[in-house]
Amino acid sequence: MTGQLLLNGVAAFLTLCIFSFLYKDNPFYKFAERLVAGIATGYWTMLLFHTNFVPVVWNRLAHEERYEYIIPTLLGLMMWTRFSKKWSWVSRYSIAFYIGISSGITITLALYASLFRQLEATIKQPIDFSAAGISTLLVIIGVLSALVYFFFSAAHKGTLGVVSRLGIYIIMIGFGAGFGLTVMGRVALLVQRIIFLKDYVNSLGRLFGG
Amino acid sequence: MTFLEKMMQIDRRWIYLAIGLAVIIPAIFSFTAPVSVTPEVKKIYDFVEGLGPNDYLFLAMDYDPSSMAELNPMAEAVLKHAFTKDRKVIIVTLAQFGPGMVEEITTRLANEFSRVRGEDYAFLGYRPYPAITIMLMGTDFRVPFPQDYYGATLDSLPIMRGIKNFNNVKGVIDLTAGNTADFWITYGNGRYNFPLAIGITGVMAADYYQYLQSGQIFGIIPGVKGAAEYERLIDMPGQGMQQVSYQVVAHAVIILFIVISNVAYFATRKQKSTTGGAR
Amino acid sequence: MKREIPLMIVMVTGIIMFLQYFFPGRFLFIPFISSEKLFEFLNDWVMVIGILSLPLGIWSLVKANVNKLKVPDERFYSAVLLLGFLVMVISGWMPDWRTKGVHLALFQNVLIPIQATIFSLLAFFVASAAYRAFRARSVLATILLLTAFIIMFRLIPLGPIAGINSWLVEKILTIPNMAAKRAIAMGIALGATATAIKIILGIERTYMGRD
Repeated sequence: MTGQLLLNGVAAFLTLCIFSFLYKDNPFYKFAERLVAGIATGYWTMLLFHTNFVPVVWNRLAHEERYEYIIPTLLGLMMWTRFSKKWSWVSRYSIAFYIGISSGITITLALYASLFRQLEATIKQPIDFSAAGISTLLVIIGVLSALVYFFFSAAHKGTLGVVSRLGIYIIMIGFGAGFGLTVMGRVALLVQRIIFLKDYVNSLGRLFGG
Repeated sequence: MTFLEKMMQIDRRWIYLAIGLAVIIPAIFSFTAPVSVTPEVKKIYDFVEGLGPNDYLFLAMDYDPSSMAELNPMAEAVLKHAFTKDRKVIIVTLAQFGPGMVEEITTRLANEFSRVRGEDYAFLGYRPYPAITIMLMGTDFRVPFPQDYYGATLDSLPIMRGIKNFNNVKGVIDLTAGNTADFWITYGNGRYNFPLAIGITGVMAADYYQYLQSGQIFGIIPGVKGAAEYERLIDMPGQGMQQVSYQVVAHAVIILFIVISNVAYFATRKQKSTTGGAR
Repeated sequence: MKREIPLMIVMVTGIIMFLQYFFPGRFLFIPFISSEKLFEFLNDWVMVIGILSLPLGIWSLVKANVNKLKVPDERFYSAVLLLGFLVMVISGWMPDWRTKGVHLALFQNVLIPIQATIFSLLAFFVASAAYRAFRARSVLATILLLTAFIIMFRLIPLGPIAGINSWLVEKILTIPNMAAKRAIAMGIALGATATAIKIILGIERTYMGRD
């Protein structure tokens, strides 16, 4: 119990070190900032080694004798040539695999998920005088006018200018909604730390107050 | 300098102090704020509620400590819901500092609800490159995850028997703070067409309603308010509901700041135009 | 050789991954090549390459901080970083590092609180930014401001008008907000597709760096 209280005390101290930045940059903040960078890097190193490298690379080669994995292993090791000015071109072969495969997949899936399905959803609901129908009409107008706003191949004058103006108004409503929800998100991050500090103070009170 | 001009140029540290007090005051004088449930959260609740005894839930907890304030409450609420209903859960994390947090939450809740790791739930661990991992899981979970987080092969886990890929799970709930939600929608639901719901931070919440309307996701838990709604639905108040009361005061203070700054802005602008000052 | 072969690799792998989407059974109707197995095989290779290349960043960070040990002003902080790194690496070799011990204790009591607190500073910054910059200077700014107010009021108990506010919030999120974000998402999809095509065709080569 006391051990956990001590550890929580360390956490509370480091929390206050970070909060001290609000007054101004200072050695306590810098200390905490560098400490977390080191701890995070060390944590991720061991996580990558034990839970990624060992089961996905080492075990397959050393224990399962799946020698087809020698080629991607060599390609992965070739990435380390990036540190050499003379040999860094070798890493391009590895990068090329990753880039080529990702690009090929992106074309079909990005078009399907973010374009075709979205287009379908925009127009599939019938337009009528019901609430859903009116919403559909408003959404179609909104999407088209916002798309027109981003169309820069023609000058935004006349009818195009009016539609584009409507488009930017729609986009501003979207950004306003985003900001309103962002405030909730950011405040939540602070609230959680305050709750932690409050709980720590309460546990100190219980320890010393009986 | 008039009072309003001073207000416009106030040192930002006074604003920081005001926000700090706005969050500390509810810690001292606690109160309960009402929470109304929205349809997008209810759909996720109904999905988990409707899981049958042989149905599997796939939960992706793709977030770091930087966003745990909003996502831990919803993760706990969903897990509590699944565990109380005795439903099987497969958990994964695609966030680099996620495993430690996921391990703590799952172990604590498993002990609380007497769930056994390997039989009632499995934590597969962490993999980098979310898009690639999602696509590989769609072929076979054992390809990206030959072992679970604790080093046991998936075939040795009773819960994973007969479970090959997303075709064998009822649906996926992704809790994330970054663009992993986009990867699940594009590369997961886009390729494998499984039911997908997301729990996201407030910052991202406004960006995913189009996927809800198109049917690519069936529900959204938006930020800490969404977590509070889920806690209300399962009738287990937790961190989400606790945080909402703090949010009320902080929001009120920020709204007040914006109003004051706009009043000061318009008043000083009017003053300058009537006195003919430089613009 | 130095540029041509990588360009060829990008083109071949890109075209293969593009085409396999349209051949769910046998790839290009070739009897012995399963499209699904090919997809899994290539992505698995990318995962292996990726896992082996991630330590590059770790090495860069460690090397940069070892160099900073020579700089008097930075020496202490670099030492703190390197010490933290070493302690986590050494404690990560202990058995049960995942569930108990120094490694987990440092993760839960150092990494989590510091990382969470660094991001919690954003609450202060958003309030400060809202106060200083969020002014109704124009029609567009006013629209943005009013929409943000309606959304923010959702969390404040407004008594009799809470229902109207909730209804407004729902309509804002599901009509104009959705329309705007849909248009943006469609634009991003087109841009991503165009970039991917340019990469496969070798028009876009920035990923190769300079000679």
